[in-house]
Amino acid sequence: MVHLHDKKIKFLEEKANKVRRSIIEMLVAAGSGHTAGPLGMADVFTAFYFHILNHNPKKPLWEERDRLILSNGHICPVQYATMAHAGYFPVKELLTLRKFGTRLQGHPHRGSLPGIETTSGPLGSGLGQAAGIAYGARMDGKKFRTYCLMSDGEHDTGIIWEGVMFAGKYKLNNLTGVIDRNNIQIDGVTEDIMPLEPLKEKYESFNWHVLEVSGHDFEQIVGAVEEAKAIYEKPTLIIAHTIPGKGVPEIEFDYKWHGIPPNKEQAKQFLHELRTLGGKIKSEHE
Amino acid sequence: MSCNLGVHLVHNALNLTLLEQAPTRKGYGEGLLEVGEKDPRVMALCADLTESTQTHLFAKKFPERFIEMGVAEQNMAAVAAGLANYGKIPFIASYATFSPGRNWDQIRTTICYNDVPVKIVGCHTGVSVGPDGATHQALEDIAIMRALPNMTVIYPCDAVEAKKATMSAVDVKGPVYLRFAREKTPVFTTIKTPFKVGRAEVFFESRGKPDVAIIACGPLVYNALLAAAKLEALKIKVRVINNHTIKPMDEKTIIKAARDAGAVVTVEEHQVMGGMGSAIAEVLAKHYPVPMEFVGVQNRFGESGEPNELIKKFGLDAEGIIKAAKRALSRKAVIGPTLRRA
Repeated sequence: MVHLHDKKIKFLEEKANKVRRSIIEMLVAAGSGHTAGPLGMADVFTAFYFHILNHNPKKPLWEERDRLILSNGHICPVQYATMAHAGYFPVKELLTLRKFGTRLQGHPHRGSLPGIETTSGPLGSGLGQAAGIAYGARMDGKKFRTYCLMSDGEHDTGIIWEGVMFAGKYKLNNLTGVIDRNNIQIDGVTEDIMPLEPLKEKYESFNWHVLEVSGHDFEQIVGAVEEAKAIYEKPTLIIAHTIPGKGVPEIEFDYKWHGIPPNKEQAKQFLHELRTLGGKIKSEHE
Repeated sequence: MSCNLGVHLVHNALNLTLLEQAPTRKGYGEGLLEVGEKDPRVMALCADLTESTQTHLFAKKFPERFIEMGVAEQNMAAVAAGLANYGKIPFIASYATFSPGRNWDQIRTTICYNDVPVKIVGCHTGVSVGPDGATHQALEDIAIMRALPNMTVIYPCDAVEAKKATMSAVDVKGPVYLRFAREKTPVFTTIKTPFKVGRAEVFFESRGKPDVAIIACGPLVYNALLAAAKLEALKIKVRVINNHTIKPMDEKTIIKAARDAGAVVTVEEHQVMGGMGSAIAEVLAKHYPVPMEFVGVQNRFGESGEPNELIKKFGLDAEGIIKAAKRALSRKAVIGPTLRRA
């Protein structure tokens, strides 16, 4: 178990709160996009971009950087927001999301925005690409790690399991997968649409090391990532249990928020709630 | 022989009985091996068809740069995209009905839109695949590959050209689709025959102004040469073009052929919808419309049989090409002057 300093946790919580506010602001400006997934993954993304990744926002093509591959591209508002707050590009550019001429395409595109490692959107294709990067890096003795962030819903696709088999066969220990286990997809609850459980055992039977964490607990997230680095024989999967819409009570747990943005009225309300939450984080740690 | 072969070809190129026969996929295997020796970035991935696609030559020599993917063409495309993203130059090989047939989505998003240098090797294309039947006879792959932005599409005419195409694919910055055949076909080019990605070559030119231009790709270029020789004997003057690079198209050579001949026949072992002929029509409709005939598979699936039986049945032999040329010529007589007056 990793113990993060209180100050560090407060720092991460505040960053995640800012990321959530940015997500609401950019979605309402865009008028379309996904809300629940990005809010639910704000803590995981914050943990990666502000603590875990060995990266340099000013040099996004630095060869030795850790690679973060987002497989389920539709939650890109959280990636964009976190990257902007980490210094990849100006925070105000977030409001161009999905608009004509923007670098922040509706689904992330490698050629548009430096720091986006792969184009994604069609579900399931991230894991294979991440495995390819990890395979090539291991051939060349590179030390960087590759992380693949996936949704639970995209585990309906066949190609994900092709990738799971592949990474297991080749023992890609420099690859860590993270599943956003929020139990929702567009048409409803994952276990109604196409049951995924027992997910942990499935991965284990494909020769992965599997860890389960709360996707809203920074110590658990960071701890799992650290444990994965010590696993030499297998790739590691971290099942991050998240609450879709986390941080905004009206959205939390509601699958109807999967694929829609808030309207202006709702956004005002949600931002107010998030600001209040931000204030609480500040005072609690003081 | 009263014809001029437009470029250097093997001695007695038109005498089929004297020619060596080899499948174009063999040229791929040899080319991959050679380019693998030259460039350490080159890797090979295969989906459980290593020997059949001739990838085994590379796999044996460079086991550390070969990845067996199992029957998982979608993941093969995605893993290759990752390898290329990192800095490798992967070739992915399978039968074309599976790759690019089954994994088009991954090719579109992770390879083409990402714009990473994955070289896609589609083997067993055309009805000449033979006994395996329609499920394994790729006839739509050119259409689905040439529609993708950033993609280069190359379809070599024989094993020697296939080797050159494979090696040249490494020099193309982005993704490339290489199309190969299963069956042995005549080897009529040599190492001296010019080959450059994106440049069509005149392989046959009658003396004087041509009456019809035959634009072909793949091993059927040879049938086009045979047809040309027979047409010339009928006093019909012909230019035959080997249009090995379907995308990007050598528009200059194609437009010049239409202008010089006034009638065009396209020849390919692929559906006429969306294939090389369609690509030619797109160019000519815009720049220089002339009567066109399309030799190819006419909106139907293949079937089992011996390659030569199927080539004949589908009208892809020299006789089929001659008939198409005559149709084009007859339409030229009717439409041509009208067009010219306009």
